[in-house]
Amino acid sequence: MSLIYQLIQETYIPATVLLMVALGGMFSERSGVTNIALEGIMIFGGFIGIGTLALIEGSGIPPQLLLMIVLVVSAIFGALYAMLHAYASIQLKANQIISATALNLFAPAFAIYVARLLQGGGSQIQFTTRFRIAEVPLLSQIPIIGDLFFTRVFISFYIVILLFFIARYILNKTQFGLRINAMGENPQAADALGINIYQYRFIAVMISGALAGMGGSIFVISSSTEYAATVAGFGFLAIALLIFGNWKPTYVLLGALFFGFLRILGSSYSVIPILRDLDLDREFYVMLPYVFTLIILAFFSKNSRAPKALGQVYDQGKR
Amino acid sequence: MKTQLKKVFELAKPSFIAIAIGLFMGFLVMLAFNPGQSIPAFIQLILGGLNQGSTGLGNTLYGAAPIILTGLAVAFAFKTGLFNIGASGQMMMGAYVSLHIGVLWALPAGIHVIVALLGGIFGGMIWGLIVGLLKALRNVNEVVTSIMMNYIAANLLIILIRNNIYNADAARSSAILPTAILPSLGLFPNSTANIGFGIAVLIAILSHVIIHRTTLGFELRATGFSRDAALYAGMNTKKNIMTSFTIAGGFAGLAGSVAYLVSGKTISIAYTIFVEGFDGISVALLGLGEPIGALLAGLFLSHLRQGGFYMQIYGFVPQVVDIIVSVIIYVSAISAVLPKLFKLFKKKKHEVTS
Repeated sequence: MSLIYQLIQETYIPATVLLMVALGGMFSERSGVTNIALEGIMIFGGFIGIGTLALIEGSGIPPQLLLMIVLVVSAIFGALYAMLHAYASIQLKANQIISATALNLFAPAFAIYVARLLQGGGSQIQFTTRFRIAEVPLLSQIPIIGDLFFTRVFISFYIVILLFFIARYILNKTQFGLRINAMGENPQAADALGINIYQYRFIAVMISGALAGMGGSIFVISSSTEYAATVAGFGFLAIALLIFGNWKPTYVLLGALFFGFLRILGSSYSVIPILRDLDLDREFYVMLPYVFTLIILAFFSKNSRAPKALGQVYDQGKR
Repeated sequence: MKTQLKKVFELAKPSFIAIAIGLFMGFLVMLAFNPGQSIPAFIQLILGGLNQGSTGLGNTLYGAAPIILTGLAVAFAFKTGLFNIGASGQMMMGAYVSLHIGVLWALPAGIHVIVALLGGIFGGMIWGLIVGLLKALRNVNEVVTSIMMNYIAANLLIILIRNNIYNADAARSSAILPTAILPSLGLFPNSTANIGFGIAVLIAILSHVIIHRTTLGFELRATGFSRDAALYAGMNTKKNIMTSFTIAGGFAGLAGSVAYLVSGKTISIAYTIFVEGFDGISVALLGLGEPIGALLAGLFLSHLRQGGFYMQIYGFVPQVVDIIVSVIIYVSAISAVLPKLFKLFKKKKHEVTS
């Protein structure tokens, strides 16, 4: 039983990152802007976030507050970095895939360059603070629920759940969200109603950047003790998750948990008796989430309901 | 002829502007962190392979071959309106099949290396075909699938090497037999240049001919312009998508063969995704999606990479090259509006002076 709890608690770690980034991607994609730059934005946001952490962690700030500061910083810089993509692909009408590729390429190169020159050697940024909460007081004593949600947990887990409900509310219930949806389906009609497409899309891409930036920092903090200019393709997985979840928050949440579980098999298979006895290479388990992504996409993509104007440049002059 | 040259120049002008801006930004980044050394280091970077005479030139050609081929893999799929971000994975599978044949099959000299090359093409084709199949039959976004295929290839590569051609002492793949080594190019003594560069040039010309001079190329481009229109005109667009991705995969697979059918080159079983695949994206974008453009861009990028290597003596890291390339790609992405921006700028200047 404790093994199952342990696996579930581990699953939350990758699932938190995936959900956070996928929620961000949802804003951008529902407004009609493809954002394959999520990977690069995560790397950039993570770089600034972990860099900040390494600078201020010795100053006696309590760990959870420190994490909040890191998240805010990475959200701001993620959003700023995403502006480059927004400006090129919305205002300047560039090909969205190409400008995103440039961002994906720039982020790790910049991170390694700056880290190595500032640290005068290694490109990894180390940090010593540990953020995992062993037990949430009182709540962890509740049977079952305490083990499932309040033991060995990161505070980012609660943040992403909160963000999930906020995002779902914004996208489905507010004027802002409904307008975002409208311009992803039919920007001409939305424009005719007097909605400023460029402005809304710009904001949507910035939201995606903020969440991806936070996702980058959470990825590093919850799965490692150093920043190494990589997020293991989680930005791309988040996009796969959007397709898999049909751009709907609830399905994306379920997808994130599923992928999260597959992801931890790579590190935990040796503690699961059945899998250990199979005696397969470790890489086989590391490969699983990606293989399943392909299989699932093959089943779901045929009927997928992507935003109709996704990836198309909107040119007001061509109405 | 003259008008044609002018046309080519007009076409390439945005690329030159982008390159100039990219280099300038790279210089600024270097200046910001180490002003004292930045000027000699930047000169070293610009000189690239020319730093070391014929050896450097040969090494530039050697480094150019795989990234020209992955660039062609990306450019070829571009022509069918597909973004092949999976050249890395295709290259890894190509490299593995080539090494497998190179290590384990005892074939006569001359034939062995050809079989190994063909095997590499085959490995890449299979990897490309899977993406093409998913796109054509199940309408799965090829960007996501080809990235997934990269990660699958990276892990599969380790499993395959460990179980088939493993040299446990070095934790790397075993050395290939001498008969499987690509012959040297012979032009540049003391360099690693082999006939891989010649192969890359041949493939670039071949893809140019396929795309612009054959019915197949026409169909592929038509599918790229508008899938619906191509379908309406009676073309089998599903087949075209699969064909395009399979050929592209073959090119990337060949990149793997060319890079690893080299004396003393083996693959580590530490997890990695071949960077040449991502360089291929840069090369294809910089080459405006044209095969001949990819050939030139591949040479340019390899030249810069050589420069980035030599620049390290001034304490700079080679990642400067990636920063420059990303700026170049970004600027060329917005290059459609660049002329407008310049005009606006000129007009404003004019207003100020008058």
